[in-house]
Amino acid sequence: MNLDWDFMIESLPLYGDAMWLTVRLAFISILFSLMIGLLFSLVLFYKVKGISGAIRAYVELSRNTPLLVQLFFLYYGLPKVGLQMSEFTCAIVGMTFLGGSYMTEAFRSGIEAVGQSQLESGLSIGLSKIQLARYVILPQALAISIPSLGANAIFLLKETSIVGAIALMDLMNVAKDLIGMHYKTAESLLLLVLAYLLLVLPLSLLLSWVERKVRHAEFGN
Amino acid sequence: MPNLGIEVLFEGSNFQRLLGGLLVTIEISFLSIIIGTLLGIVMGLLRTFDSKALRLVLRLYLEAFRIIPILVWLYVAHFSFSPLLQIDISGEATAILVFSLWGAAEIGDIVRGALESMPKHQVESGQALGLSSGQLYRYILIPQAVRRMLPGSINLATRMVKTTSLVVLIGVIEVVKIGQQIIELGVIKAPNSSFWVYGFIFILYFLVCYPLSKLSKRFEHKWGN
Repeated sequence: MNLDWDFMIESLPLYGDAMWLTVRLAFISILFSLMIGLLFSLVLFYKVKGISGAIRAYVELSRNTPLLVQLFFLYYGLPKVGLQMSEFTCAIVGMTFLGGSYMTEAFRSGIEAVGQSQLESGLSIGLSKIQLARYVILPQALAISIPSLGANAIFLLKETSIVGAIALMDLMNVAKDLIGMHYKTAESLLLLVLAYLLLVLPLSLLLSWVERKVRHAEFGN
Repeated sequence: MPNLGIEVLFEGSNFQRLLGGLLVTIEISFLSIIIGTLLGIVMGLLRTFDSKALRLVLRLYLEAFRIIPILVWLYVAHFSFSPLLQIDISGEATAILVFSLWGAAEIGDIVRGALESMPKHQVESGQALGLSSGQLYRYILIPQAVRRMLPGSINLATRMVKTTSLVVLIGVIEVVKIGQQIIELGVIKAPNSSFWVYGFIFILYFLVCYPLSKLSKRFEHKWGN
């Protein structure tokens, strides 16, 4: 196959901008998702009346619907009831809505994996519920949760590929435009795949390294 | 608050059309899961073989789908198959192809995991009891493998149903596309319709996926350690 290298080099800045958009979007929404996940999983752990049920409903709703539909609802549906957001804000809200529930589940399963005897020991030396969470549960739960938190981060990074559907100039949109305007299909698609490899592969390798470390810390092998 | 908008869902044949669109989504997921499972079982078996080269190739195949977003694969297939093969391939066929290959990779991994986690003594105990190899599979290996595979496979099915919503972006006429058509047609008569139509599609997806993920959780509880 003969590739038009000049065309590819000329399009690099466009892909660069789109990658930067993806990185910002992923970073902000992963950060927000982590905060939501930590907060909500603690609410679930303390079984706060009223709120716990609402959080469980949110988790199920968010996990069982596609991001594309969530984004369309936020972007096209909500302005009709007077809630208008910019494309970028909309993407952040959508990604956080989706990511928050995945992170909540990851933290929750980490908290549940902390042994019952740990809780009882903490209570028996007179720790308050807050102290118990702060000194006993969270440090252990975080270590246990790291692999699934990382997997969720990668999942969210990949999900950013959908934001082009609400008119953000992301990698998918750049590739589609280039194909539409110049018919350089192979070149545009190759750059698209390379861009995602460049974004996701380092994170994926980092995650498997961290996972090995965590396993070592947990089981010593 | 939105006034006079929800009736757009029940105007004319809109309701049936949206459900029909959902059916396209379900059809694509269903076919892909069937084809993916058949291919995936073969792939999972191959991945337990000793050949290093074979393992590497299949591992790379799996990682390719894990690292590159499915939407990118849909684009690649959509923009390159028809010109490359010189035949007209519909968006739906493209989608089924991509989802089947993705499913095969993931199911392959689930099958491999199930096979590798099977303790050796299970086979040995069976043989010691004098079971024939047919009986060994029938009473010992397959029931245990299915238990290990079912929760993950159903989870994958949920993910697939959700991900098939993306096929609208390569021009397949499914539930989201039909929703867009309804909104465009009624833009003057029912200006608030996008709130209700997208809200309804949102709920439709939930109604399909929620039972699946509940089922997967139940199996996990029932058979988990």
